[in-house]
Amino acid sequence: MNAFTQEAIAQPPRSGAAGAAQFAGWDSRKYNYYKPKGRHATHYEDVTVDVQPDPKRYLLQDFIISFPDGTPTYSETWTAAKSSDWHQFRAVDEEWERTHYQRQSTICGMIGSVVENARRAGAPKRLDRTWVKVLEQYLGAYKHAEFGLGMATMHAQRYGYTQMINSAILTNSSYKLRFAQDLTLYLAELALDLPEINLDLGKQHWLENPAWQGTREAVEAINGTSDYLEKYFAVNLVFEPLVAELVRSGFFMQVAAAQGDFTTPTVISAAEGDYQRNLANTAELVHILSQDAEHGAHNRALFNRWLAEHGKRALAAARQLQPMWSLPHHKVAQFPEALNRALERIRSITGELGLELPAELKAA
Amino acid sequence: MTAGLTLNKITSQRGVSIGEAARRIADLGWNPSYVQEAMTFPTDYKIGRQPKDPMKQVLRSYFPMQEEKDNRVYGALDAALRGDMFRNVEARWVEWMKLFLAIIPFPEISAARSMSMLARLAPGEELRTGFTMQMIDEFRHSTIQMNLKKWYMENYIDPAGFDITEAAFGKCYATTIGRQFGEGFLTGDAVTAANVYLQVVAETAFTNTLFVAMPSEAARNGDYALPTVFLSVQSDESRHIGNGHSLLMSILNDPDNHLLLERDLRYAFWQNHCIIDAAVGTLIEYGTTNRDKSKESYVELWHRWIYEDYYRTYMLPLEKYGIKVHHDDVAAAWDRLVKKNYHHKVAQFFSVGWPVNFWRIEAQTDKDFEWFEHKYPGWYAEFGDYWRWYGKKSVPGETPMLFDQENGYVYPHRCWSCMVPCLIREDFVVDEVDGKLYTYCSELCRWTHKVAFSAEYEGRSTPAMGRFSGRREWEECYHGWDLADCIKDLGFVRSDGKTLVPQPHLRFDDKEMWTLDHVRGNTIQSPLVLLRNMTPEQREKHIADYRAGFTIRPFQ
Repeated sequence: MNAFTQEAIAQPPRSGAAGAAQFAGWDSRKYNYYKPKGRHATHYEDVTVDVQPDPKRYLLQDFIISFPDGTPTYSETWTAAKSSDWHQFRAVDEEWERTHYQRQSTICGMIGSVVENARRAGAPKRLDRTWVKVLEQYLGAYKHAEFGLGMATMHAQRYGYTQMINSAILTNSSYKLRFAQDLTLYLAELALDLPEINLDLGKQHWLENPAWQGTREAVEAINGTSDYLEKYFAVNLVFEPLVAELVRSGFFMQVAAAQGDFTTPTVISAAEGDYQRNLANTAELVHILSQDAEHGAHNRALFNRWLAEHGKRALAAARQLQPMWSLPHHKVAQFPEALNRALERIRSITGELGLELPAELKAA
Repeated sequence: MTAGLTLNKITSQRGVSIGEAARRIADLGWNPSYVQEAMTFPTDYKIGRQPKDPMKQVLRSYFPMQEEKDNRVYGALDAALRGDMFRNVEARWVEWMKLFLAIIPFPEISAARSMSMLARLAPGEELRTGFTMQMIDEFRHSTIQMNLKKWYMENYIDPAGFDITEAAFGKCYATTIGRQFGEGFLTGDAVTAANVYLQVVAETAFTNTLFVAMPSEAARNGDYALPTVFLSVQSDESRHIGNGHSLLMSILNDPDNHLLLERDLRYAFWQNHCIIDAAVGTLIEYGTTNRDKSKESYVELWHRWIYEDYYRTYMLPLEKYGIKVHHDDVAAAWDRLVKKNYHHKVAQFFSVGWPVNFWRIEAQTDKDFEWFEHKYPGWYAEFGDYWRWYGKKSVPGETPMLFDQENGYVYPHRCWSCMVPCLIREDFVVDEVDGKLYTYCSELCRWTHKVAFSAEYEGRSTPAMGRFSGRREWEECYHGWDLADCIKDLGFVRSDGKTLVPQPHLRFDDKEMWTLDHVRGNTIQSPLVLLRNMTPEQREKHIADYRAGFTIRPFQ
């Protein structure tokens, strides 16, 4: 019997709140279309998983626009690495928009406060004069390396096969670009109190000083590859431990205090924190791919090749930077020790991932 | 001792000016000399002039500003729960959010991805900073919207449909329209996709209807969460509009680009109209219970934002740069809305297809009829009886509207270009592309597929232009399937294994809810497959009949 009346349609529900009525599905209050990594879905997973669709999962009609050669909107062929399940990866730092802005904003606040208070206390004026030149020329040059890594990862975040991979690369890019700007603005602020600083010299050194040419070549080589995963791999598993940490921790963070500089290490420490997260994310992804039951052997061979190619350049870049350790007035750190720590770092990372370091890096 | 205190003299410290900061940051890039940057997504445009960054913002100020915006959003969500928002919210409205919020996070993240394409194309470094922020903004939008949807799922009376959201997005016959929108941002010619289609048209013109009109209607339906989230999202759009305009100015500078730009403005405007007006017009006029006659109708809002704000103040000035602006397209879109009842026909179509949706659509009632007739004179004559039939057929045991022969509705063909069905029957177009037959809702959609998305445009080679691909007609995927099996395959069945997620009413009672048994015995057919299988004579007659339209039988 048809019980239809206009009044029945018009009758509003008593309340639109959860639990106001019980009927089939009334208590289905979790996203139920993916398998969480742990026992319970995390907030990060809920707002991330499956937003980028995949014909192998729910994309019934396949991607509906393609590039002229027939490549679809997203393609597994955009990296030489292979996976039996690209969706397995979850970012270790579990960043989504809210946590990302909170962390980035906290860093901006920290750096802003430190620099502002240091300037108010007249700290720039008390810096060792030689050290000021190091900041002007070498920190000024290094900011371009960070920018280059930021652009490489910005480019790479278009190509990954899942939302989880692309968003991890996107936050990586965001961190790198923020840090490149942090250094740029920090030097510009120092120049307000130290007018002798020439803010154009950093870029000049980046482009011309022989000490930086290996680094620039390594960064340009990362930007030159068309494989997005190779970019991500080379940034975080090769360049960062061998060159970036060497410069940041192995030089500026260790040496600055002895030159009367307590602000530079604080500014740079933010990037070291950023890197721990980016490293963890990359290592997790590379580990999953290396252990892939179907494609693990192929991937490990590929990663070893990337390691060899980018590792060779990064090691040459690191060695070319040696003169920088001789510049400060108060020499509290030695290049060989810093390089050894960097080599130990990359050995530790690649060892844990079961990758084979090239002979140059093993013997170094 | 001075009488007044000037604290500034004690506390202030000279900082780096905004202009200087922006200039320094724009100098971070360099021209590589050891290894050239990898080939990125190609474009047929030439960008010779370095675009300027109109916003001159740096990440140091951007992140705290965005965090503050977030704090307001999440604080408001907490306040809405404490204020018992869901007790008073209109279920008719929240149901439509199952569709809207299933779609929108994908276009948003697609926009983030597409910044990668633009950042490599634009010469100079200045605008890269703008693209960087847009990339992070879009990441914000996508995840903040996923969070809002989760929040509805946890607190609204009927979570079914929210709980399967991204799976439903991949499968539903309505969300395919949203995928056309999102994929359009990041596939094919990089400038066509990310600059013209996304920034110059979608963001500059249509986000006003999407992110401003929608929130207003949400608030009228007791939903304070959506306005909080989406007005915060919209506050980022000015940056994106600025990015788009700046790159557009660089493109305009080279007359070689004008032909392509004219093509892309046509395609982008028309397809945005087809998709956004279909979706938002339906959502805000059929998803609302508010029938205040003094509020603006969708077409009045469209006139204000699309016609006055966008067409007159943004598109028209492009003529002075030598770009041919197609005034007739704007007029045709307007006519489709006001004379051909475009979004009313979309709402009708969505309701006909309720069994293969994943949200509830209730019938419009007398109160709604009065408002529609007031705003759209003649509306009742065309749609009134339909909605009365729909109400009658909302009871389990009736034939589902999709297959009901009694009311007179004829299931439409799908437009191969915009993916919205061919609802304005007299404008129906059929054409062949590469020897295959396709159907279109309008002449411009035919042009988009056959002429614009091609390897050549008006004698000029366009090797970077994208192509339409995939199984674009949803109905073809289930051609010959029983409706019950189709719904099971879609996953639109509730946790008891038999009750449907979609329902043609808002009655939250098992006794009144449709199950698989109620819909079994109806076979889905693809209008395109049928059309292709016809003889030429049959096809000619079918097309003529289709163009003649249908008449809803008087409701008894």
